[in-house]
Amino acid sequence: MELFNEIIQTLLSGVSIGCIYGLVALGFVLIFKATEVINFAQGEMMVLGAFIALTLINVFGFSYWAALLLATVGLGIFGLILERLVLRSLIGEPVFAIVMLTIGLGYFVRSSVSMVPTWGTDTYGFTTPFTDKAARYGELVLSWEQLAIIFMTIALILILFAFFRYTRMGVAMRATSQNQLAAVYMGISVNRVFSLTWIISAAVGGFAGVLLSPITFVHMNMGFIGLKAFPAAVLGGFSSIPGAIVGGLIIGVTESLAGVYLPIGWKDVAAWIILIGVLIIRPQGLFGIQEKKKV
Amino acid sequence: MPLLQVRNIETYYGPIMAIKGVSLDVEEGDIVTILGANGAGKSTILKTISGVMDPEKGTIEFMDQRIDGMSPDKIVRMGITQVPEGREIFHDLTVKENLMMGAYLRKDRSETQEDLEIVHDYFPVLKARSSQLGGNMSGGEQQMLAIGRAIMATPKLLLLDEPSLGLAPFLVKEIFEIIKRVNDEQKTTILLVEQNALIALSLARIGYVLELGRIVKEDTCKELMENEDVKEFYLGVKEESIRGSKRWKRKKKWR
Repeated sequence: MELFNEIIQTLLSGVSIGCIYGLVALGFVLIFKATEVINFAQGEMMVLGAFIALTLINVFGFSYWAALLLATVGLGIFGLILERLVLRSLIGEPVFAIVMLTIGLGYFVRSSVSMVPTWGTDTYGFTTPFTDKAARYGELVLSWEQLAIIFMTIALILILFAFFRYTRMGVAMRATSQNQLAAVYMGISVNRVFSLTWIISAAVGGFAGVLLSPITFVHMNMGFIGLKAFPAAVLGGFSSIPGAIVGGLIIGVTESLAGVYLPIGWKDVAAWIILIGVLIIRPQGLFGIQEKKKV
Repeated sequence: MPLLQVRNIETYYGPIMAIKGVSLDVEEGDIVTILGANGAGKSTILKTISGVMDPEKGTIEFMDQRIDGMSPDKIVRMGITQVPEGREIFHDLTVKENLMMGAYLRKDRSETQEDLEIVHDYFPVLKARSSQLGGNMSGGEQQMLAIGRAIMATPKLLLLDEPSLGLAPFLVKEIFEIIKRVNDEQKTTILLVEQNALIALSLARIGYVLELGRIVKEDTCKELMENEDVKEFYLGVKEESIRGSKRWKRKKKWR
């Protein structure tokens, strides 16, 4: 029974961190599908989101929910500004130039965060409605902080799913990522689709940042978790939204199981071993599809 | 004043001049065709009209308004929709979603629904496969989907780029019959680009012959069908000389 509880708790912490990986991977995938650019500043969106929520809660006395909402919306606006000011002028330039730019943006955001008064390079935390709460089922103790991450991720994914499935703009965004030329012939403004893609993925990044805060605390380098979300995205096929989430969960669970049951050091290697193994068997990733065109 | 008036447009692919001063008129309610071989610049003319490419020189007027240099989505909004060469459907959207993307710019929900019925009536197969992914359709069905999607935009001017490309002859016939019906029933003006000269000339009223980026002949399709050069070089009717053998060195008269 004790072993069972331990496994459940390990799985729970794996799934909750996996949700975060999945959300960051989702940000990678959305932008890649629409613009064929990999946004290496995706992790920094989390940093900004977390710091905004931190300030709203600790300095201005907002509730956790209001801060979560405002940080998400705020990052959406940040994504819009970023796309309009920086990335739009680079449409049509070589992809590597744009990718380098996003790496630069990541550094820029991190350094800027360290310069903002009251933010700086220290580690902070804020209390949430879930802090120090646990759900008990007999011997089994589940942390509400982790459960909350899972539930909120599910909620966000359902919202995104409904948007891409049932709204005209959502279907148009999928259409544009499949065939940009045809989308132009339908009268879809590709610029607007690109803007919206950056808005959504920045907002998802901010949301993930606020969710992650109680676990890793808020500091300028929390965005490096993006480096683990990257294999999650590759594992899922890099162009599949469900794939990104599943990839994130696999990496998260593997990592936490390896952390508990394997010698020290395996925790960081395990995810990559899984990734290499999957890519040998299915080079296109778990949910990837090979391009085919009928003539 | 014609619905569409193209005057002396020149369009480049980088340094290469693909269209060398083309002028053409399309009257409202008409079917006009542009004939030409591979690389003559047929598709480029359509791309220039729909705003995907911009002309270096010349003007394009649609409903008495200059549209050259406008962004493609504004041109679609004005009522010009193109069925691109090679179908270009959305592979991972369902047939229904593909059709609804044609109506992307429309706000009138009930009329859109009626037009969906009309498209289903033209192409019953699209109704039967409504929830199937576009990429899983056969080539002919994809062409029907591409045309149906364009009809959903209820354009005033429909640009068709090689609708016969890669299709079996009986399918070509079926599709052209429907194009004719769309012109009759929806009063849609049609500008058709084709390599299959016979079927294009039998459908359209006015024809332009395009060679190496220039219009070399313009006439009613009836006259063009009788034209010796069109017959020999576009319809493949062999003409025998007095000696009873094919004249290999015959020159086209319009050169």
